[in-house]
Formats: sequence, C-alpha cells, structure tokens
Amino acid sequence: MISVIRNLGKWGLGTFERLGRGHIFLYHILTGIPAVLARFGLLVQQMLSVGVLSLLIIVVSGFFVGMVLGLQGYNTLVDFGAEQSLGVVVALSLVRELGPVVASLLFAGRAGSALTAEIGLMKSTEQLSGMEMMAVDPIKRVIAPRFLAGFISLPLLATIFTAVGVIGGYFVGVGLLGVDDGAFWSQMQAKVDFSEDIMNGVIKSIVFGFVVTWIAVFEGYDCVPTSEGVSRATTRTVVHSSLAVLGLDFVLTALMFGNI
Amino acid sequence: MHNSKTVEILVGLFVALGIAALFMLAMKVSNLSTFSGDNGYVIKARFENIGGLKVRSPVTVAGVRVGRISNIDFDNTTYEAVISMNIEGGYNTLPTDTSASIFTAGLLGEQYVALEPGGDEKYLQQGGEVRLTQSAIVLEQVIGQFLYSQAEGGDK
Repeated sequence: MISVIRNLGKWGLGTFERLGRGHIFLYHILTGIPAVLARFGLLVQQMLSVGVLSLLIIVVSGFFVGMVLGLQGYNTLVDFGAEQSLGVVVALSLVRELGPVVASLLFAGRAGSALTAEIGLMKSTEQLSGMEMMAVDPIKRVIAPRFLAGFISLPLLATIFTAVGVIGGYFVGVGLLGVDDGAFWSQMQAKVDFSEDIMNGVIKSIVFGFVVTWIAVFEGYDCVPTSEGVSRATTRTVVHSSLAVLGLDFVLTALMFGNI
Repeated sequence: MHNSKTVEILVGLFVALGIAALFMLAMKVSNLSTFSGDNGYVIKARFENIGGLKVRSPVTVAGVRVGRISNIDFDNTTYEAVISMNIEGGYNTLPTDTSASIFTAGLLGEQYVALEPGGDEKYLQQGGEVRLTQSAIVLEQVIGQFLYSQAEGGDK
C-alpha cells in the first residue's frame, strides 16, 4: 500500500520536475534566439531540413484532404440542394481547423520526430558535451536554430496546406462534380472573413508551431542517452505533440469561435 | 550537405510559397478583396423584430451588397432592436428617406437587410438613421396566422 502511494508520489514529482526542466529549457532557448539571428546561415540550414523537406508531404496531403472534403461536402449538400455552398464548406473547414491541425500533426510526425532523433543522437554520441568542452553553448548553436526554424516553418506550411486544400476542393467540386465555378468562389468570399477566419487559423498554426517544436527539441535534449532512450524520446515527441495540438486546438477554437 | 547557395534558394522559395499561399487565401478565399472597412460610414436603423439577423450579415441595395451589419443593440426604453450598418465609402448617395427591410435569402437561407432608396436629395451621413423600417418575417408567425385563418374559414 505504502509502495503504491510512494510510486504515485515519485511519478508526480518526476512529471513536475520534467515540466519545470522544460520551461527552464524554453527560457534558455529564447535567450539564445538573438545569437541565432546573428548567424543567419544556421537558421537557413535548419529551415531547409525542417521546412522545405516537409513541403512534399504537406502539399500532397493538403490536396487529398481538400479533395475528400469536396467529395464528402458535395454528397451531403446535394441532398439539400445547397451544393453551391461547397466552397464555403471546404474553405471554412480548412482555414479554421484542418489546415493548422493536420499540418501540425504531419509536421510532428515528419519534422518533430527527426529533430528529436537528431538531437538525441547528438547527446548520446556526446557531441553536445563536446561542444560544451569547447565553450560552445549547444543550446545556442544546436537547439535554438532548430526551434526557430520549426516555429517559422509551421505557419508557412499550414498556410500552404490550406491553400492547396482549397485548390483540391475546387478541383473535385468544380472540375469533377460540376458545381458552378462562380458560385464556388463567390460564396466562399462572402462567408470567409480575413481577420476572423484566416488570421485565427494562422494564429493557431503559430501556437502549434511553438508547442510542437518545443516538445521536439526538449525531448531530444532531455532523452536518456542510449539507443533505447532516443527511440522512446522520438515516440514521446509524436505522441505528446499530437495530444498537445489536439487539446490546444479545442481551447483555441473555444476562445476564437465558441462565444464562450 | 547541400551547397549553401542552393539551400538559401530553396528556403527562399519556401518562404515565398508560404507568403503566396497567404496572399491567395486573402484575395481569393476571403472577403479582403471586396470589403474595405476603413473609409466606410455607419448608419443605424430600428426594428421591432430582427428575426435571425446577425452581426456581419450583408446589407444590400437592389441586391448588390453595399456593406455589413456591424453591431446589434437593444433599446431599453422603446424595446426595439437598433442595428448599425457599416456601408462602404463608395456608396455614399443613399437618400435620407431610404427604407430598410429584413429579408431572407431563399426559404431557409440567412437573413439580410435590403435598403430601398427614396427620393430625397439629401444623403445619409455618418451616424444617420434609417427611419422607415420593416421587421423580419418570422416564419412561425406566418404559419401560425395561416393555420389560424384556415381554421376560421373551416368553421363556416
């Protein structure tokens, strides 16, 4: 009985300790950001591996998500004779929800796991301690550029996802199912508001970008420096950041659109 | 590792693509291209019943959208709804005896305010009020009245 309570306490303390370490780590990253801006090449290098190389999966999934929305939306709306509103359905669901959320989930799987594995492997092969020996701060040299790159890339990727998704919906709705071209765009323009819908979607993706990259670099930096530890950290990155994205999405949606 | 010039070009393209996507969303998907909120002016109207009118519902003249509802208020003394309409700056020749009605687009569509210009030579200014208003038609009331009159007719 005592041991159960003791384990519970140990678990709680461990969780809070990790949480605290995560925030101190975040503080160190943020103070390291001016140093990154001074060495722009590091950031560009990371933008390539985090952002540009995620572009393919984002564009392809965005297109397919848009096409599926077009098909499903059409099948539902045609029962009410409201297939003219297909553009609104596709655009609003992509702009408000699917764009930021799906892009973040894909980003966590594609780039977040790679970040964790890379940093974790650097730690377990003692490259990070090596840097410290040479009086190079690994947080400034390794972590902060990756964090900033992810933070900048995800909003861009989410925006691209949304735009490609709308084009996918257009392709299916207008191209294949024969919704009127003018009604598709004009209804969309009448119902989608720039500051309320599109900017809120962008704000969501900025928040997700922050959280996902933070989790990814922290898990990598904090991992147990063995091969098993790295693999666990990579798994945790994907699981925790997906959960964080979905949970935060509900909170943000409630704040932005929920009238709560 | 890639050559640093290629890296920079690829990243530059990526950022440009992201900005282009945002631009496309702004211009093609949202109403930013058609709606300019800066130089518009606000006019008010009082209704007994606004039905399902909402903030951001369209305001039209002759079926053309000229603005949006910017605010809906309730007057505590007259028990009327006071709506503020933000009319785009280009449409500044609405006469002062313009009338406003609340209509529904289609049978179940959203409600909007239709303005009917009068013949006065003075124009509505910022803060002006539309005096002639016609309330929303509430479908339940119409059906109720219809059933009632049917029942009355059946008695004879």
